Parts: sequence; structure tokens; C-alpha cells
Amino acid sequence: MKTLVWVEHDGSAVKDATLAAVTAASKLGEVHLLVAGEGVGGVASAAAQIAGVQKVHVADNAAFGHNLPENIAPLVAELMASHDAFVAPATTTGKNIAPRVAALLDVMQISEILSVEGPKTFTRPIYAGNAIATVESSDAKLVLTVRGTAFEKAAATGGSGTVEAVSAGGDTGISSFVGAEIAKQDRPELTSAKIIVSGGRALGSSEKYQEVIVPLADKLGAALGASRAAVDAGYVPNDYQVGQTGKIVAPEVYFAIGISGAIQHLAGMKDSKTIVAINKDEDAPIFQVADFGLVADLFNAVPELTGKI
Amino acid sequence: MKILVPVKRVLDYNVKPRVKADGTGVDLANVKMSMNPFDEIGVEEAIRLKEKGVATEIVAVSVGPAKAQETLRTALAMGADRAILVQTDDEVEPLALAKIFKAIADAEQPGLVILGKQAIDGDNNQTGQMLAALTGWAQGTFASAVNVEGDHVSVTREVDGGLETVKLKLPAIVTTDLRLNEPRYASLPNIMKAKSKPLDTKTPADYGVDTTPRVKTVKVSEPPVRSAGVKVADVDELVAKLKAMGVHS
Repeated sequence: MKTLVWVEHDGSAVKDATLAAVTAASKLGEVHLLVAGEGVGGVASAAAQIAGVQKVHVADNAAFGHNLPENIAPLVAELMASHDAFVAPATTTGKNIAPRVAALLDVMQISEILSVEGPKTFTRPIYAGNAIATVESSDAKLVLTVRGTAFEKAAATGGSGTVEAVSAGGDTGISSFVGAEIAKQDRPELTSAKIIVSGGRALGSSEKYQEVIVPLADKLGAALGASRAAVDAGYVPNDYQVGQTGKIVAPEVYFAIGISGAIQHLAGMKDSKTIVAINKDEDAPIFQVADFGLVADLFNAVPELTGKI
Repeated sequence: MKILVPVKRVLDYNVKPRVKADGTGVDLANVKMSMNPFDEIGVEEAIRLKEKGVATEIVAVSVGPAKAQETLRTALAMGADRAILVQTDDEVEPLALAKIFKAIADAEQPGLVILGKQAIDGDNNQTGQMLAALTGWAQGTFASAVNVEGDHVSVTREVDGGLETVKLKLPAIVTTDLRLNEPRYASLPNIMKAKSKPLDTKTPADYGVDTTPRVKTVKVSEPPVRSAGVKVADVDELVAKLKAMGVHS
């Protein structure tokens, strides 16, 4: 089987989510990559180094510059004439593009796979991860999105794929990119961080989040996260949200501070290697999944922890 | 401009799903069912566009069992003008749903279709994008702001690193994210009024759509259970545990 993996990149570097998708694709067969964008020659050369990659298709065109699905999906559909599976990381970009490709191919997509059980059989979470479905496709081709935390990352170097330019596709003219507000942070990205410090509603304000959560994250070189309640209350921007409808994370260590542990939040972080919970309510559901639980007032305990760690 | 709003009847957001003992699915017998929360946000957004004078008519559509009528009545009570139930007891996959909505869009000619970004049962996050592919329309997924400007709509999207804004030619597809709006509650008079609003009943066959599943569910199981660890007495003990794991500044 020949797979075509969507390469998520920022215009200069391959993003980590791609590496997990490569691992998933390699369980199905030969791994080809698609790098689309404007001025992406450097990304393509880097992508060709990913271990196990045989070929990199590069579609360098201004129309592909902002991942507009209206322009990208027909390009992918055309390339799928010579591939058997389209595999995209389950990022907001992958989730935006893959179903549009699937419908163009008349294929029912399988979303957020957790494992490859057979050539057409996969597991995936349903009901916010409260149940795991094993599903088998009967379509001639596959369209999959891959949950990044469920697969090891392929090595970013060691491969020697060939790079081939693709001339297909262009601007459909029905959509355009206006602008973006992407938070610039001097810390690791949530979805690839080794340590995450998350704060919840118990913090009470944006100022307290800055005062209590940020210094601990700074000291540990950790990414910052939050529960939906903290995001809804306006303590932090929406891209901090960990949970069913936010980001799915699985760091080495996850600190849940002042987070009660609603099922929607647990769905986003319960695969973390070690969970540390600090909450003054000893009955908070978060303690049922925490490896280390501390029942304490976070406003005293967290600064003390920051001082001593 | 007409707006089409698909809505799905799902297990209520606050009910903990239980996997059936025989592994065939999640138990939906005698549990509270409600409108998918993301679809509720879609209905609210359509109503706000009507209140602003942008939309003239809101048509709510649901594909599901006879009981999905209740979900449509909720949409009508919130402010939708009429409803279409595409009745079937079969599980309908996103691809087939998108085909049904495409046929309805062909007949109704809406300027916008606003869908939830995903249903909280299957968590597929596909139907809107698939409908966009089938209609050939532009898509603004995971929307946190929607502004119709002449023959275009500008959609601010929640993306991994923050927000991005795209401008789409109408007609277009929008899928909702959580922060787009806070849906209203239907008032009692509006609930009464909704009972007399028109609700048509159709079948997938009326739209020429084959709903035979492409993906077979082999089994459904409980996720691996994570067991609780230990409670530490104080910060010093926590620091010691973390240092033992190599976690320190």
C-alpha cells in the first residue's frame, strides 16, 4: 500500500505532529509525503530526511500558502490517484483538509486513529474518549487522521526520500486568507511539551494565573495549559485549552492545578505519563487519575512548589 | 438569505456514556438525549444573523429517528422558522449525511449552512467539510466569529496556535466552535409556538442517498482505566517524588 502523509509545517520547519502520522502510515505501507505551501523547498528537504520516507511530493504554489482546504483538497485528491491512503495529523489543519479530501474521493474518513490493527482496521476514541471503537473500512482507499499522542514520533533524520515537484492544482478563488493572531511564546508547544502546567477555574482570575501558574512553568521549562472553565472565564486565550474540544496532550508530566477534572478535561490529558494534581477539594475527580495528588490551597502550595523544585 | 442548520440528537452532554456489556456500542436506552451542543451554537448563530437582518429564513434539518423531532422542535423554539426531519433508524455516517445535506441545499439554495464542528457522540468532525466538498463551496471550520459582508462571509477560526481569519465567497459552509456564542434558552411561549411551526418528514431515499455504512464497527470497549496513585502529605513530599523522577528546574 502507498500512503500519502500530509506534512504540517510553519513554512520553514516540519511540525512534530507529522512525525506521529509518519509512524502510523508506516504501519500501512510505503510512506510518501506531501509538502504544500509557498517557498517550501527547505521544508521538503527536511521532510525527505524523516526516517522511512520514500518520496516527498512538493506543491510549491502561492495558492497553497495558507492551507486553504478549497485549494489543497483538489490537489490531494489528484495525488490520491496513485496512492492508497491519505494520512493527516489530527491538528486543526489536518481536520480541516482531510474530510474535504475524503468526500472528493467518496471515502468515509476514519478520524483520530489511536492504533493500526490491520490493513483497514483501526481503533479510535468516541464519546470524548469514554469509549474506544474498533472500526474497519470497506472503502477502496483510506482517509485517516492520526492522534499524535497515540503514536511514537518517527525520527526526524536518517531517511533519504526523493523529492518530486507537483504542478497540479491552483487557486479556486472561493476563499482567501485574511490574517492570523498566533500567540508567540518562548516556551514549548502544548502538543509536544515534555511538561505541562495547567490551571483551572479555582485560580479565579487572569492575574492569579500569571502569578501562580506561569512561574512554575517558567521554572520547569513547561508549556502552559488550562481547563475549558479557565478559558471560558477569560483567564487565558482559547489555544491554552486542554480537553475534548481543545488540545489532546500526553506529556511526561502534567500538572493539573485548581482543575476539578471534568470528563471533557480528562479526555484531553489522561494519557500523560505522570499526572500531578493540586486541589483543595479532596473529592475532586482529578484525584482519581492523578499519580501524585496534593490536597492543598493552590495559592500557598504552588508558590512553595515553585520555590523548592 | 436562507440559512440551513443541521442538528443532531445525541446523548446529553452531562450524561456519562456507558459501554454496553456486549461491546456493540454505547447504551442509549433510557438516558437523556439532547441537541448536540455545537449544533445548538449553530442554531443560535443563525438566529443572530436573522436578528441582524442578514438572514431571512432559518431551516433546521435533522437526520435520525422519529424522536429527532424533539431536537427539531427545540431548534424551532429557539427561533428557526421550519424544519425537515430525514427519518431513519439507521446510523448514518458523515459522508452519507453530507450527501443528504447536499441534496437539501440543492433544493433550498441557502446562503450559509452552519453545522456543529463535531457531534459529541462519534467525534468525527467531518460532515461540514464533506458538505463543502460536495457542494464545491468554501468552508470556515471551527468558527469563533462570523460576519457576513455583501457576497462574502469572514470567518475567524480557532486554530492550534491561536486564531485565523478567512474570507469566503457565499454560499459557504461554517462549522461552529465553542466560543462562537452562548445559545439562548427557549422561552415557554416560544416552545408553545414551535409546536405549530412546519416540520416536514422525509427519508434518505427521497434524496436518493444510500446510507449503507462504509465503516463497520467491530467492537466498542471501555478505555483503559487509569488508577489513582498516591496522595502526598505536603509540598516537600511532592518535590521529593518529582525529583526522584528527574523533574526539577
